[in-house]
Amino acid sequence: MSATVVSSKQPAASDKPAKKRKSAFSKRKVDRAFYWMTVPAAIIFAIFLYVPFIRGIGYSFTNSQGYGNFKFVGLHNYQALFSDDRVGHAYLFTFFIAIIITVLINFISMFLAVLLNSKIAFKNGFRAIFFIPYILGTLVIGYVFKYIFMSPLPALGKALGIGWLSESMLTSEQHAWIPVVFLAVWQGVAYSTLLYIAGLQTIDDEIYEAASIDGVNAWQKFWKITFPLIGPFVTINLVLSLKNALGTFDQVVALTEGGPNSSTETVTYLIWKGGLTGGEYAYQTANAVLFFIVLAIVAFIQLGFSRSKEQI
Amino acid sequence: MKDKTFHKDHRINWWLTALTVVLSLTVLIPLYFTIVTALKTPAEAGSFSLPTSWQWHNFADASAKVDYPRAALNSAIITVAAVVLTLLTNTFVAYAVARNMDKRFFRFLYYFFIAAMFVPFPVVMLPIAKQMGAWHLDNQFGLILLYMTLGLGTNLFIATGFIRSIPPSLEEAARVDGASTWKIFWKIIFPLMSPINATIGILTALWAWNDFLLPLIVLTDQSNQTIPLAQYVFSSQFATNYPMAFSSYLMAMAPILIVYVFAQRWVVSGVMRGAVK
Repeated sequence: MSATVVSSKQPAASDKPAKKRKSAFSKRKVDRAFYWMTVPAAIIFAIFLYVPFIRGIGYSFTNSQGYGNFKFVGLHNYQALFSDDRVGHAYLFTFFIAIIITVLINFISMFLAVLLNSKIAFKNGFRAIFFIPYILGTLVIGYVFKYIFMSPLPALGKALGIGWLSESMLTSEQHAWIPVVFLAVWQGVAYSTLLYIAGLQTIDDEIYEAASIDGVNAWQKFWKITFPLIGPFVTINLVLSLKNALGTFDQVVALTEGGPNSSTETVTYLIWKGGLTGGEYAYQTANAVLFFIVLAIVAFIQLGFSRSKEQI
Repeated sequence: MKDKTFHKDHRINWWLTALTVVLSLTVLIPLYFTIVTALKTPAEAGSFSLPTSWQWHNFADASAKVDYPRAALNSAIITVAAVVLTLLTNTFVAYAVARNMDKRFFRFLYYFFIAAMFVPFPVVMLPIAKQMGAWHLDNQFGLILLYMTLGLGTNLFIATGFIRSIPPSLEEAARVDGASTWKIFWKIIFPLMSPINATIGILTALWAWNDFLLPLIVLTDQSNQTIPLAQYVFSSQFATNYPMAFSSYLMAMAPILIVYVFAQRWVVSGVMRGAVK
């Protein structure tokens, strides 16, 4: 091995044979160092992730405001959640925009990936440009778009005489979701396109050559050859973009702050808003637990769906 | 496209190139708009035209208002520390797990770490915020610790496949020569992992630099603010001075854009490697 930059911080105790342990899973002995590599990490991991998770479940059965005394209230928070219109609306809104975002991202990025993988000039330059949204912070670019939606766009709408565009969409209860979806799609397309390009590159050129000998046109080529061959990439892209879209938060903070009149509150936004600034700590942890259950169900449906598709 | 021959066709399609140029404007126009707006007077803001007089002082004004140097320093410290510590720790966890997957305990650990990828952050965010506050970790250090820990599931997922593709014969030879497991890791495995280390480093850096939610719920002291958090706190205070707000946004985006201009190939391929494994 060539010389490395990394200095070894462990003492040179290598000549001391480490005490070996046996495992029931296979007969091979595991060096003790492997336990030192993982067990402390697992403990820290549990402290910062699993412990808060379990504590959160505990708090969801109390009336804590995040500080001071609290008492056990049983399922009261959960009962209240189901009769809370604001919570119900947040769930509907989250799923509504998540589905639109996922569909749009995947259509656009598949199209872009095919385009960026075709015989265009400056391929790498364009790839780099279309990836820029991914590297930008959502909140900051969100503020830029907020202003675009507030001032130049309505001005354009007025100039063109388009009624619904003449007023800022951000202040309209019917239209405020559009900028939120737009921003999420604008950023989300970058990563999905990259994934689809990776998928397209796994396809052998010879398949296309054989197809063109058979007189297959571009449209058929895409639907009959490309699309089935990048199937696994479609699945993973749908799963990832839906997962991200269901957690939409920065976009809402930057563009609408949940308004107007709570119409663009996502579940994540509501948990943060109510839980950390609204004195509803326990109530919103109950909401978080409910959200977890809902997302777990979504994940299981996705898993079952993608498995059944793979068997075909 | 119909005139495809048996030979590989390397001719450039200029129609598709033109279409790509037009589509790339969806990315470039918002960036252009940010730059020109940042340099205008408040009266001029709101259009896509170039400024009539370039207001360079907007940057100094915005910087003073947001306390940009402090926020940039905080973001830089947090990002660098998060990347270095993540690389130094997450890699050997992945190594230990990947090399011992035939053992029940390590297989359990694998799922123990990976399962966390499926616990959405909003679910744990309130208890984490409270816990960090209670343990006096509501500062940069706590944030670094969280990036190092919460990324472990994803990083493990990215790295284990790669590690298993490294032939164990190298390690066995070193072991025969009397090298300890730690030594084997730092001297042989870690250097071999550099492509995947680059991926983990890039993803961690982008996450820590751009993240808004974790700083928002963890940091309490204003002097600890990161760049995105500072933008949030001051966003309401710019009132109608949009050029000044935009110079602040531009300064927030500039560091990562500049790095990207020089390292774009590396960044794109690094992220891609993480995605396809």
